Amino acid sequence: MKKYRHVKYSEQKIDAISLATGEALFTDDFTKPDMLYLAVLRSPHAFARIRELDDSPARELDGVVEVFSHKNVPRVMFTTAGQGYPEPSPYDKALFDTLVRFAGDEVAIVAAETEEIAREALNLIRVDYEILTPLLDYSKALNEDAPIVHPEKDAKAMIPVPFHPEKNLAAEVNVEVGNFERAYKNSSGKVEATFTTPITSHCPIEPHTAMAYMDEMARLVIISSTQVPFHVRRIVSRILDIPPGKIRVIKPRIGGGFGAKQEIIVEPFVALTTWRTGRPSRLRLSRKEVFTSTRTRHGFTITMKAGFEPEDGKINALSMEALENTGAYGTHSLTVLSNSASKTLPLLNKIENIVFKGKAVYSNLPVAGAYRGYGATQGYFAYGQLIDMVIGESGGDPVEYYLKWCIKAGEGSPIFRAIGEGTEGVEMTLDTVGLPECLKKGADVFRWQEKRNRYSGEFNSGRRKKKGVGLVCMMQGSAIPKIDMASAYMKMNEDGSFNLKVGATDIGTGSDTILAQIAAEVLDTSPDKFIVHSSDTDHTPFDTGAYASSTTYLSGSAVKKCAEEILKQIKKVGSEILEVPEKELDIRDGMVFVSDEPHRMIGYDEICTYAMYQRSQFQIQAFASHVADKSPPPFAAHFAEIEVDTETGLIRVLDYVAVTDCGTPINPVLAEGQVEGALINGISYALIEDYHFNEKGALLNNRFSRYKIFSAMDIPPVRVILVDSEPDPTGPFGAKSIAEIAINGPAPAIANAFAHATGKRLYKAPFTPERVLSALTSK
Amino acid sequence: MNTLFTVNGRKVRLSLHPGQTLLRVLRDNGYTEVKCGCEEGECGSCTVLLDGEAVPSCQILAMSVRNREITTVKGLMDMDGTSVIPEAFAETGAVQCGFCTPGMVLSSYALLKGNPAPSEEEIKLALDGNICRCTGYIKIIEAVKLAAVRMGKK
Ligand code: FES
Ligand code: FES
Repeated sequence: MKKYRHVKYSEQKIDAISLATGEALFTDDFTKPDMLYLAVLRSPHAFARIRELDDSPARELDGVVEVFSHKNVPRVMFTTAGQGYPEPSPYDKALFDTLVRFAGDEVAIVAAETEEIAREALNLIRVDYEILTPLLDYSKALNEDAPIVHPEKDAKAMIPVPFHPEKNLAAEVNVEVGNFERAYKNSSGKVEATFTTPITSHCPIEPHTAMAYMDEMARLVIISSTQVPFHVRRIVSRILDIPPGKIRVIKPRIGGGFGAKQEIIVEPFVALTTWRTGRPSRLRLSRKEVFTSTRTRHGFTITMKAGFEPEDGKINALSMEALENTGAYGTHSLTVLSNSASKTLPLLNKIENIVFKGKAVYSNLPVAGAYRGYGATQGYFAYGQLIDMVIGESGGDPVEYYLKWCIKAGEGSPIFRAIGEGTEGVEMTLDTVGLPECLKKGADVFRWQEKRNRYSGEFNSGRRKKKGVGLVCMMQGSAIPKIDMASAYMKMNEDGSFNLKVGATDIGTGSDTILAQIAAEVLDTSPDKFIVHSSDTDHTPFDTGAYASSTTYLSGSAVKKCAEEILKQIKKVGSEILEVPEKELDIRDGMVFVSDEPHRMIGYDEICTYAMYQRSQFQIQAFASHVADKSPPPFAAHFAEIEVDTETGLIRVLDYVAVTDCGTPINPVLAEGQVEGALINGISYALIEDYHFNEKGALLNNRFSRYKIFSAMDIPPVRVILVDSEPDPTGPFGAKSIAEIAINGPAPAIANAFAHATGKRLYKAPFTPERVLSALTSK
Repeated sequence: MNTLFTVNGRKVRLSLHPGQTLLRVLRDNGYTEVKCGCEEGECGSCTVLLDGEAVPSCQILAMSVRNREITTVKGLMDMDGTSVIPEAFAETGAVQCGFCTPGMVLSSYALLKGNPAPSEEEIKLALDGNICRCTGYIKIIEAVKLAAVRMGKK
């Protein structure tokens, strides 16, 4: 394998020290004199029509500068989903509407001299609501008599896809490969089960925040905690009718996103206020607002069926029927739905007859959106358990089973083509599949066979505490092929340093660092020679943003191309100075040298200085864009060992091994960090996280003391391993993505371990003690 | 109004309204290294040291701590030249988005001052009030262990 000098190396994150010492600035740390503070009036009702809104008492309060509502803001339909254009999410939202669709929906905003005044003024806005019967149970959304969440006539889909708001249907995907019904009928083994996943919160520790001001050239500047600065610019431009050229969006340090900040939620309000008043403005959501009114994970109900051969578990027919709750607005409804199938069904690609029927429905619950895992998390909860049920019925070993039936390098799946991002997908054969390595490595480290044998009799032992082990295998993707685009610009300075400007959005993932490493590898110079500037719509080239596991793969490829172009220019100048043809030159440690006479060399600093000041003068600079033809999946195998207390219903994770194939990890420590974070979030999701509503649809657990997420005390022993896998030929230095995949594993792995320990299944996540106890007493 | 406080070893006049929390007053006076993640005492991102003890500044009335030593993460850097903890965090990969990190660093410092060689359980307990959604805590715990070793050597 090729020896790298700067990638596959755990370079320290370039902003780590400034973050750890509190020097680095987040959106809320910027301030401007004369700034206005915003507060949002939210609907207390899950579903209501605003008959009358009177803001005059609020306007009379000293210190209130503006109040915005449907009364003074033109109605423009849009989607808050920060996706490529035209968006696959429906335009079903206006900034302010007379119909409010969930408890927490925006009714008006107040701009005032202080935060306190802005909040006080909210109480002075008089709203007369006609309370409507809300749709709180999404399983009833398609019933004839269900309340219609989007009765308005101007909601529309931007691409030709099924969209029927008049039936509460936000999106629909139907795909069939082969003939499921016939194959299912002819199979002698059959399993069927229905799985339910919860509505959960991303919980980035930095709340959604944006500020805006007018610069000295009368342009609108927005600083925002966003994953998608360029989409912010485009969408704000459209809603407020301001030309994109008059808007600049800056991304400072971001306090975590996980998909929650792939949404244009707070930016339009500060933009509106500043554009209309000319004064700087800021909106930082409270934690309650983050829980209630930003975005959640889509809750799913998935029914799966498999027809198989009982002798060897060969699956002939597989069906997946998904009902997805998108909440009050359809952001990411179609694509999350698609991904619940497209990221799961190709895994066992020998299944010839597959049907997927998915429906995304509206309800009067908080709005669902992009969330790390993006449908695959929900999909694998069902898929990972159903496959385990088939293996259980046919008496095989899960490790052997996956080794036998999983997709292999050089193979494809008809699903890749059948399901895309709303439109047709992209056909592909996979160049690398590291799943077999993950399985073998994991089974070894975890001591799978030994533990599985040891616990095989637990389920019918009389013991109070039963132990078991479970396995799940997964794949994700790397960026959205033929849709997402990334670009980079680079110029050289006379000390041999480089300005690297990328649209890619580092939201804490370390992408600034790994992009510098990629450039350093191409140019064979130290990564600290790169001054990385990311995501400023005025000063960096376009990038679709930090989502869909795309940055390393896509933005990394753009940076690589860009650096290669720079290298050509460096060699050209080097050849002029050294008077040797370019092809006889090599590079090492920031120097160009003559391959056969290594003592004849010249430093990058001198090369740049020469190009700037001496002969055939020019700026050494380059730019590059990248769109991928493929989306090579990373693969993972997760092994869980648990103990179930059959009296209290508590599940304890005793050991957890997560093995991942991400091709070449550009920065192993940062890559591990991605897995660890996603994994602990996933275990927390499996065991404790869930939204609870009262009978009127108001969120009850809208703070960290009630919506618990794992703290340091809660984490079980986990071991994260990156296998030394085959470099993917399409990724930069062989890299594939890694940010999302690990979050999909814990729920099915723990559920499978539960089945091994007790002989019963957990069909509903999270696995609360009540659910565990009721599963134990079920038949 | 303006009132005298002791922040990071210096006497400073901070402008405030009575009734404001220490978190608000610090941030409004430019100590933006103190982060605001919830204002409900439930995330730990606003952690400061009060006479050396780690506390959530969003739960403390500013006026009530006029006579106490307030230390933010930037102040820590001046105290016994303690860049050891931030460096340990950076080296182990314990910093992802970094929003929780100033609070984590201060809680770690308070722990290590009182207990120079904490066990893993003691580390977890000391950090229990600081939540992090990015790292899964694994590398943070590693960072505290590394810092403990290094501080012990000094
Ligand atoms: S902001 Fe103080 S604990 Fe969260
Ligand atoms: S590093 Fe992001 S919350 Fe801890």
